[in-house]
Parts: sequence; C-alpha cells; structure tokens
Amino acid sequence: MPAEQPAPHDPRNHTVMKVTEKDVASTAGLANLELTDEERVRMLRDLNSILDYIDRLNELDTANVPPMTQVSEGYRADASREDVLEGLRPSLPQNVALQNAPGSDGTFFKVPKVIEK
Amino acid sequence: MDLGEPREGSRSLRPNSRAFGSLPYQPVPLPEIVATVCSSPKYMNLTSFTIDATRTALQDRKTTATALAEAFYSKIETDDPHIGAYLTLCKDRALAKAGEIDARTANEEKLPPLAGIPVGVKDVMVTQGVRTTAGSKILGDYIPPYDCTAVSRMEAAGAIVLGKTNCDEFAMGSSNENSAWHPVHNPRGLSRVPGGSSGGSAAAVAADMAVAALGSDTGGSIRQPASFCGVVGLMPTYGRVSRYGLIAFASSLDRIGPITKTVKDAATVLQVIAGWDPMDSTSADVPVPNYLAELERPVHGLKLGVPKEYFAEGVDPEVRMSVETAIQKLASLGCEIVPISLPHTEYAIPTYYIVATAEASSNLARFDGVRYGYRTEGARNLSEMYRRTREEGFGTEVKRRIMLGTYALSAGYYEAYYLKAQKVRALLARDFEEAFKKVDAIVTPTSPTAAFKLGEKVNDPLAMYLADIFTVTANLAGIPGLSVPCGETKEKLPIGLQILGKHFDEATILRVGHAVEHVQAGKS
Repeated sequence: MPAEQPAPHDPRNHTVMKVTEKDVASTAGLANLELTDEERVRMLRDLNSILDYIDRLNELDTANVPPMTQVSEGYRADASREDVLEGLRPSLPQNVALQNAPGSDGTFFKVPKVIEK
Repeated sequence: MDLGEPREGSRSLRPNSRAFGSLPYQPVPLPEIVATVCSSPKYMNLTSFTIDATRTALQDRKTTATALAEAFYSKIETDDPHIGAYLTLCKDRALAKAGEIDARTANEEKLPPLAGIPVGVKDVMVTQGVRTTAGSKILGDYIPPYDCTAVSRMEAAGAIVLGKTNCDEFAMGSSNENSAWHPVHNPRGLSRVPGGSSGGSAAAVAADMAVAALGSDTGGSIRQPASFCGVVGLMPTYGRVSRYGLIAFASSLDRIGPITKTVKDAATVLQVIAGWDPMDSTSADVPVPNYLAELERPVHGLKLGVPKEYFAEGVDPEVRMSVETAIQKLASLGCEIVPISLPHTEYAIPTYYIVATAEASSNLARFDGVRYGYRTEGARNLSEMYRRTREEGFGTEVKRRIMLGTYALSAGYYEAYYLKAQKVRALLARDFEEAFKKVDAIVTPTSPTAAFKLGEKVNDPLAMYLADIFTVTANLAGIPGLSVPCGETKEKLPIGLQILGKHFDEATILRVGHAVEHVQAGKS
C-alpha cells in the first residue's frame, strides 16, 4: 500500500534497520504472541519506524538525571497500611472466581497440558 | 446468561454472537453531514439538560428518574445506530436504580448530588454483572464480579448508569477506530472520528445520549475526544481518583475523569469520585476541596502561562486563532498572560510511547485465556494456548504496543529505551515544576487539529500518536488537565482549549474553564 510507505525525504525512512526479523520473532516469543507472517512484516516496519522516532531522546544528555519512578512523590500516594488478616475485602467465593473461566471443572481452572511427554 | 454454571471450551470471537444481539449500533451507510443530525425533538428537552437542570427538573417533579432513564434509552435507540457510542446497555440495573431514586423522592428524602442523572461509563471500568470488554475481543463476554470504585461512587451519589461506552481496545488509540466492535462517529460531523480513546463517552454526552460520562485518560483519552466532540473533559491529578476497577493500560499514567456538557458538571462529578480509596494504593490521601464553591471565585489576577512550544508549527491555523482568542478573553477578565517555555515538550511523544507501552506489555500479560476472557480452540499445550489466544484475541494496535513495550524492556534494550524514557520523563515533570513557580495554570490547544476523518490515520501509527502531542505531557508529569470548547472551525467542528494545573489543583483549572465557558457564551 503506497500510502503506508514513508516518503524518501521523511526522517522515518531510515536506512539502518534497528529491529531485525529475528528480533521480531524473539520479542513475540517473550510477549506470548503468535504473529502471522503478514503481521511480522508489518511489525518489522512499524517498530523500526517508531523506534527511529524515539531515537530523538538521545539528543538529550541525561547522565545526571535520576529516572522518574514515582508519579506523585510527596503526596503520600504510595502509603502503606496495616497488614490485617482479613484484608480490605473478603476474597471472591470460589464459584464467583471461576464464573468467567473459559475452562473449569468447578473447583479448578482447567488448562491444556503443561509438559509434553 | 447463566453465571451459576462454569462454562467449558472456547467462545466465539464474532461480535454479533449472543453477547451483542441487542446492541443499538448497526453499520448504516452515512451521508456526509456536518451537523448534529440526530436530535429527535420528542426527547430533546429532557436529554439535553446539564446535571443542574436535570436535578431541578427531578426536584420540581417535572419528570421522574424512571421516565428520564426511559427517555435516554429511547434517544439511544433512535440515534445510536448512527453514532455507535454504546457497547452494552444495562437497562435493568438502570431502571432498578431509577426506581430507588423515585421512591426516595416520593418520601421527600434529601437526594444525593447525582440523584437520577443518567450517565455512561467507558467500557474499561468494571461493572458487576454488566459485560465489560475494554473494547477488546479478548474480553468479549467478560462479566466482572465487582464494581470499579469510581462507578460505585457515582451510583452511591444517585447516578443512573445507562450502559458501557465504546472505546479503543484497552484504551489504546486516539480515534476510537481501534475498538474491536465498531467505530464511533463524531456527533458534530458523522464522517469524523470522535477522538479517543474515550470516544464513546464523549460522543454519548455530545449527542445527548448521557448527561455525563466517565472516561479514562492515559495520554489524552479524556481531553482529546472532549475537544473533538465539543464537550468538557477533565483529567484529574494522578492519585486524585481511585483506579480500582479500571482495566489497567499504563498504571503510572492512567486516570479516571468526567466528560460533561459544562465545567460545573465536571466539578460536580469530580466532587463525587475524588478522594482516597484503600483499594488503590496509589490513590492519594489529600483533602478534597469544595470544587463548586471554588468555581465561582473570580479569575482576576490569576497568572496563566502560554508555552510557546504548544503554538509551534503543525498547529492548525484555525485552532491557533480560536485558542488565542480565548486567551485574549481571559486577559480581558483580568488574568495575567505570561509567556513561558516547556523546553522538553518535543520529547514527550517518544517518552510516552516507551513508558506507556512498557507498562502495557506488563499489564496485558494477564490476558492468557486461563481465568477469564477468550480462549483459542484446540491448542495442544499450554504455551500454544497462550500464544494463540493472545494472537486471536488482541487487535493490531494492541499487539503493536505489546511488542514495542516488550522490546523496550527486554535484555540489552532496557537502559537505551525504558530507563532513558524515565529520565526524560523527569525532565518533562521538571519543566512543569519550573513553570508553576511563575504561573497558576497553563493554557494551550488540546489538540493540534479539530476532529480528523475516519480512516485518515489508521495506516500510519506514528501520525496517530502525534495527535496526542499536547496531552501526553500532563500524564507524564502527573498533573491535571481540562479541555473546554473554545470555538469552531469553518466546517463547524469544535476546538478545545486545554488548561493544565498544579498537582491537586483541579479547583483552579475548573475556575479558568468556567470563565472560558462564560465568555464563549457571551460571544455573538
């Protein structure tokens, strides 16, 4: 589809591919996604285009900048509480917890075999 | 649906299966119309009211909560086939709540602040017994066993939840076109997107199919659709409103907030949903002021910062003119306009797309076909079941973001991407800290353009991401933001003014928004 190709003068049209087909496959593996062949091609193109854009972060010298790890630091947004036995609310009853399960025997979640013989 | 019996096997992914049988939306061919075409005169009076006006009508016994809810459902039945704002209606629950309100009215009890007010709830907030899909096929028939805190606070205050509103899948998108079910058409121009990801909530309010709605905002998802649909959208400070029961996209960025017809209505809803919640350890134990009282204070003497980076190249001239006119009007009310700089603004989108996708890749790991949601058929082992369930259950944009986030967090890339982004995020937050030493609030366009056309950006993810360029900064910094209508383009598409405030200072941005509304109403 021509509309999806960046124009030659577009900075996104980078010559060096950052992400390789192998990277796409291994990342999909880490993310538990089974991509179709078509999706792999598209993902390769999109990830390279987006990461090229993201590369502009390297224009900034952040050597002495501490990373932001708390959004509302100083507003007691990360307060702790007493460790109480009952917790904040009772746990869901078993039958309710299983109501949305795609596979269940009424007591446990059922899944396909974990280990092949 | 019988929830008593655990079900076996996998479920259909087709949206028109059982679960979607009663939906009002049908894809109908739409003519090119730029106007609100969907106003059936019979219901127009009741359904177009603000929260205040609706409450007055109920108090004066001009209508009942039940009649009002019925009027909204009639309006939805007539108009939503053209708009697509709702995914699921919960009429039984709504009419039961309306009946309770009517009984309390009959007993002449004192009514809570949202008594009888019909509202929509974005489908990323869980509702007990009411299907919640997050706009995704992977949660196609998920029936939550509990309520989101914001929703239960709304209902405790008397609100009537009409149904769940459409959104981009897992709130990932800026046009609502990533909904797995159907798109939403902007009520102000049906060939246009409503914005996203809370597009259904904004469209429902704009089309008088809800008095108010709850949305969520991770990078602009309340403010940008509010701007596109010509309504008011408020993203509160991080921690101001509990996220308990919000299906997580990016936990350090997600907020819940109101989409309403007026700033006063936004203040009314915020009053109800704000405040500490023991169920969300990131909700803040900070006192909640009386927002309505604060609203009436004059804006005279307030210092408003105008950041030059938000008026740079790429802003549509009509948007720029409209926003600048609104700022001039605020100056005429006695606000002091202060030119400021937020120098790291250009790095906000790349920072956002690392932080948001990294958190999303982790949050969305829970959708694995085991405890809830869709499961693929016939997988030979657990690993294959996970992979195929997620492949079949997630849409393209969600997979793209999971991939980007997983890549950014993976061994060898963590420092180059995630850690780098968190450092730049600190710089962006510092920009605002410095600015707020000089000013009380910051005014900008909400979006560089008015609503774009359906299909215009679907094949260019980067172009779509850039639609959020003026909104993502507030999410990254944790500060609140409000979008208020400030004009229209020549094509009659709404333009929004964004007002950003200090942490936990929603009162000031609401006050400024209220003033903008008043000077807008005063114009010829």
